[in-house]
Amino acid sequence: MNSLIPLFVIIPLGCAFLMAMLGRFIKNINKFITPIFMLSLVYLTFHFIINSEGTLIYKVGGFEPVNGIPIAIYMVMDGLTKLILLVISLVGFLAIFYSLSYTKQYTSERKFYVLFSLMIAGMNGIVLSGDIFNIFVFLEIAAISSYALVAFGVEKQQLEASFKYQVLGGIASLIILLAIGLIYWNTGTLNIADISRQLTINCSSPTGTNVFIKFISVLLIAGFGLKAAIFPFHTWLPDAHSSAPSPISAMLSGVLIKAVGIYVIIRLFFNMFPLSYELSMTITVLGTISMIIGGLLAIGQWDIKRMLAYSSISQIGYIVLGLGIGMLVLATGGNKAVAALSITGGLFHLLNHSIFKGLLFLSAGAVEYRTGTRDMRKMGGLSEVLPITSRTSLVGSLAISGIPPFNGFFSKLIIIIAAIQAQYYVLAFLAVLVSVITIAYFMKLQKYTFYNNDGSKWKEKKIKEVPFSMAFSMIVMALLCITLSLLVIPDVREIFLKPAVDVLINTADYSTKILGM
Amino acid sequence: MKGMTIIVKKIGQIICPVIFMFGLYIILHGHLTPGGGFAGGVIMAGAFILQILANGNILPNLRKEEEGLEFMESAAILGFLILAGLGLLFSGGVVFFANFLDKGELGKLISGGFIPIENIVVGAEVCAAIATIFIAMVVYKDEEKK
Repeated sequence: MNSLIPLFVIIPLGCAFLMAMLGRFIKNINKFITPIFMLSLVYLTFHFIINSEGTLIYKVGGFEPVNGIPIAIYMVMDGLTKLILLVISLVGFLAIFYSLSYTKQYTSERKFYVLFSLMIAGMNGIVLSGDIFNIFVFLEIAAISSYALVAFGVEKQQLEASFKYQVLGGIASLIILLAIGLIYWNTGTLNIADISRQLTINCSSPTGTNVFIKFISVLLIAGFGLKAAIFPFHTWLPDAHSSAPSPISAMLSGVLIKAVGIYVIIRLFFNMFPLSYELSMTITVLGTISMIIGGLLAIGQWDIKRMLAYSSISQIGYIVLGLGIGMLVLATGGNKAVAALSITGGLFHLLNHSIFKGLLFLSAGAVEYRTGTRDMRKMGGLSEVLPITSRTSLVGSLAISGIPPFNGFFSKLIIIIAAIQAQYYVLAFLAVLVSVITIAYFMKLQKYTFYNNDGSKWKEKKIKEVPFSMAFSMIVMALLCITLSLLVIPDVREIFLKPAVDVLINTADYSTKILGM
Repeated sequence: MKGMTIIVKKIGQIICPVIFMFGLYIILHGHLTPGGGFAGGVIMAGAFILQILANGNILPNLRKEEEGLEFMESAAILGFLILAGLGLLFSGGVVFFANFLDKGELGKLISGGFIPIENIVVGAEVCAAIATIFIAMVVYKDEEKK
């Protein structure tokens, strides 16, 4: 079982370079092989979720620890990892299936699939790595391929967005590298579990170490916050996510900012650093502000994908809020059940957001594919000519606004209940308020895009429904929006969410399990 | 792009093989001396770039060159991955990157199991990548002039 773990990196990496080679000789081979590779990743993820329990550790090269000090590169698979891997492979497969028709408008289709596989390899690597420097390496793989993918259309706007993304991403990488360097300087190790042990030993002694930990934490929040587009660092996201090709927007908004940003933040701050009230408060406040700011900025947008991008900032805020409240409760020594509920809400919303935001971006892409515009003022009445896209987009909008029985309702409800139970009434109120704002801008999106007039303009132009592969991905995602609400049933939650929550609740277990003590 | 004067061309002709051989030397001795696949690959690409700078080249040729290099790059990475995967296979499906070949005698050229082979693959990859980047810049500049 353990030896299958590296396959998560080998499969997409091998796929990428195989495509780069074979694609030159055999036309369209990418379109057949890439979805199969992605499907195998989905299978592998489910295999791990169902058949394995606890923490699986894989030591690359087979080097055993010397005197209890780990020297090999560790790959760690626990509950949280499996959840994020599920998100990556599921949305990745659906996005690549959608791309089969969508990429026909580009001249170098081959490179699209190569870069896409590389991005998947990078994200899988980040999630599996038990080593902070390897997180950085894989982060760069994922980030650099996403820079290229954002600029894939090579038009002025896309190049500008990609440039902005590169500059800010570069700054983020620099800050992260500085933090990693400082950690190595202070603890003498790069393994997350070992760093955690060193920090706990150092923490009991002089106050200097606490200052050091705070400095590192701030650097890491800034660096990974930039990647996750949390409030003061969100400015690159609306440009980059709106100008990328639509399947890529779905991947970036749905998966990349979570695997690269949120996942690393929660992994490091729950499992590596000793929990502290100040940092938990910082994270919660930043999450709350991005939730509000993203929602308010989204209302004024007329570009359909830009509105979705701002909405991503807002929803990421919800996820951070849920996780932050959990962190606060744990740091202040409150009731663990409340913390567990709050973290469940955050992770559940993470899973849901990747599905419905992916769906909404794919639907927006379908609209753009057929009408050639992203401006909502030029649309209207599209439900007459694009029935499938209109319905799936409606499902996505309802889910993200938190209308029962869709999945978004339950995750938001859990977060709000947890906030009330933890006695953060203001946060609970703000979460409800932003939910109302969310409904407002998604009603605007639905009205101006799909309804508002009889669509005679589009009928004259003879616009047809999108091709099969695009429609298929959207329908599957729309179905997932409903089926994921089943996760509120405790028995189902045991399989998917509980292992992930347990990893975060028992903060010290991560390092003791890996170091084998 | 245009070439340079006869002096530069001649010197380039004399010096290029030496640089190329030095790169090969660094790659092959990667497991014994400092340097290895990456450093050697960069040096080899340097010889290649020197040739283009000294003698010049025309755009269609460069494009063809670029395609070949791209292929070599992908092939080298795949080779590296396959080698690592073979480790997984030979160690009974346990260890990715397992060193399954005979490790030989310390200090000899043929020793270290499959490390030298991996160095060669990495060298090919780095050489191809650096040369591709260089050619991409030259092609871009030439196209911009038109």
